[in-house]
Amino acid sequence: MRHESIEKSVNLMMVLIVVAISIGGLVELIPLMLSSDATEPDENIVPYSALRLAGRDVYISEGCYGCHSQQIRPFRSETERYGPFSTAGEFVYDRPFQFGSKRTGPDLSRVGGRYSDDWQRLHLIDPRALVPESNMPGYPWLAERELDPELITSKLRTLQFLGDPYSDEQIAAAAGDVEGKTEMDALIAYLQSLGTNRRSRR
Amino acid sequence: METTASYNDKVVRQFTIMTVIWGIVGMLVGVLLAAQLIWPQLNFDVPFLTYSRLRPLHTNAVIFAFGGSALFATSYYVVQRTCHVRLMFDKLAAFTFWGWQAIIVLAAITLPLGITQSKEYAELEWPIDLLIAVVWVAYAVVFFSTIGRRRIKHIYVANWFYGAFIITVAVLHIFNNLAIPVTLTKSYVIYTGVVDAMMQWWYGHNAVGFFLTAGFLGMMYYFVPKQAGRPVYSYRLSVVHFWSLIAIYMWAGPHHLHYTSLADWAQTLGMVFSVILLAPSWGGMINGIMTLSGAWHKLRSDPVLKFMIVALSFYGMSTFEGPMMSIKTVNALSHYTDWTIGHVHSGALGWVAMMTIGSVYSLLPRLYNRDGMYSIKLIDVHFWTSTIGVVLYAVSMWVAGITQGLMWRAVNDDGTLTYSFVESLKATYPYYGLRLVGGLLFLAGMFIMAYNVWKTVSETKPAPVAVLDPA
Repeated sequence: MRHESIEKSVNLMMVLIVVAISIGGLVELIPLMLSSDATEPDENIVPYSALRLAGRDVYISEGCYGCHSQQIRPFRSETERYGPFSTAGEFVYDRPFQFGSKRTGPDLSRVGGRYSDDWQRLHLIDPRALVPESNMPGYPWLAERELDPELITSKLRTLQFLGDPYSDEQIAAAAGDVEGKTEMDALIAYLQSLGTNRRSRR
Repeated sequence: METTASYNDKVVRQFTIMTVIWGIVGMLVGVLLAAQLIWPQLNFDVPFLTYSRLRPLHTNAVIFAFGGSALFATSYYVVQRTCHVRLMFDKLAAFTFWGWQAIIVLAAITLPLGITQSKEYAELEWPIDLLIAVVWVAYAVVFFSTIGRRRIKHIYVANWFYGAFIITVAVLHIFNNLAIPVTLTKSYVIYTGVVDAMMQWWYGHNAVGFFLTAGFLGMMYYFVPKQAGRPVYSYRLSVVHFWSLIAIYMWAGPHHLHYTSLADWAQTLGMVFSVILLAPSWGGMINGIMTLSGAWHKLRSDPVLKFMIVALSFYGMSTFEGPMMSIKTVNALSHYTDWTIGHVHSGALGWVAMMTIGSVYSLLPRLYNRDGMYSIKLIDVHFWTSTIGVVLYAVSMWVAGITQGLMWRAVNDDGTLTYSFVESLKATYPYYGLRLVGGLLFLAGMFIMAYNVWKTVSETKPAPVAVLDPA
């Protein structure tokens, strides 16, 4: 077929463009979706508790992923600095994923338990009070914003609908779990959980 | 067919003017972010002025508002001129203009409020995503129907690229944004973990490959030959590099996920295809630059052409740098560092913005019934300001990125790490300063452009342009 015939038919050209652009995505995405390595949880990996999920959504909403990765690569310099390298099974309840693509600040995959709750609270309110060289913005307003118990219930229901294994009891208890808690409490609960449910910790 | 006698240039004018305005807005936010990275006090502890919330506003504004308006403007102009017909469906075309502006305004409101999906360049929440899909389908209908009504047999090469860009962006947008809403402002994607990551970077890389590359190659294939007064260098090269570019780009996404928990086979595929991608990318660069054969002397007197040639040079440079950074061993050093930021900006400022600026300078006088821009001298000043700005930006971020990468991996003789993380940040501050200067220069150039544009359009009244009969 000479190229001339494609150039003279807009319909043929559109069809061939669709074919040309479809192959790469299909080959890379379909096997991954069907692969248990990518979709089965590691041992001890469970869906986020109501408070931690609320905290994760604060993390997303504030855009923390713009400066912090959650993905430790299998290099000695990384495992030495951050802890065991990340595995696919850790992320199966992450909607959306939070690997990040820039480290203006350090990786947070294993930050859980590394600092106290009080350190995290002070640091989130005024990072330079604890790390003078830091260029992280402060997030003082998080301590003043209360979580919405109704919202967390709908969030868990949506995730259950999407197939995440939340029990009806968990969903019924969710509103109570976040009652009276602030966005700061939730974010700290999330940060303190990061990496803690891995079997081997350093 | 009551109005086929003249071209629909109204919608082109609207998008062209908004290109300049959104360019300034997007780059202004970029300069603020660059300053905040040096002086975090500039966040003022105000939620909607905070770096992490404004960063997606900057990327969305420059890609979709500035770049998007430029693509709408030029594709609507080019498709009419190369098909010798008026743009189809005046009202639908007007809808794409107002719809696209509404999307941009909604983005500018929701992102600083923290309403986001957190997927890079796909942050906007589901109601806005739906609106994008509707506007995009309208765009495709207008564009392809106009091609369908063309009065010459062959579809011009610029329209192949615009067409591929429109089709592919629709596919990418729809699949990456599939989500179940919780409320009007919050949704959860249907994919999780590494599958979601793969989906996102299949989208994200091709937002670069199609929005910022194929679309702008369409622009290049019309405005470079037009400005140089020479035919496209090689027809055969344009055929080969078009099909290979669009097919190969779609495989390259996993290079954003090297050494992550994504399956190794996918990373390897991403790396191999990214390296191959050098060939079709340089095919486009060569075809553009060689179009100046026999017209090189025009660079002496025409700063518009200088913008275009420097844009093509930056395109060649960053499409060499990209494949190199996709090699896993290089990526091990460059990933997560400011090198990536430098790479993005040599593409976004050097290629996308400079090609846009050149095309707007070429287009605007014709839209406003004039022989040329108000001041050629000011175009030249703009050219040098922005060129120096990009170079400062790229060089400072290369040095910063390589410094960070080396400091993160440095170990002492006993195997312990040499530097704490914050030491790498301290080492970066001088380069952040240099980057800010580069960004300020580029922004200053945009203000010079705005003045020149204002003087050009305010002194004349646009007149309808009759549709030319095919030769």
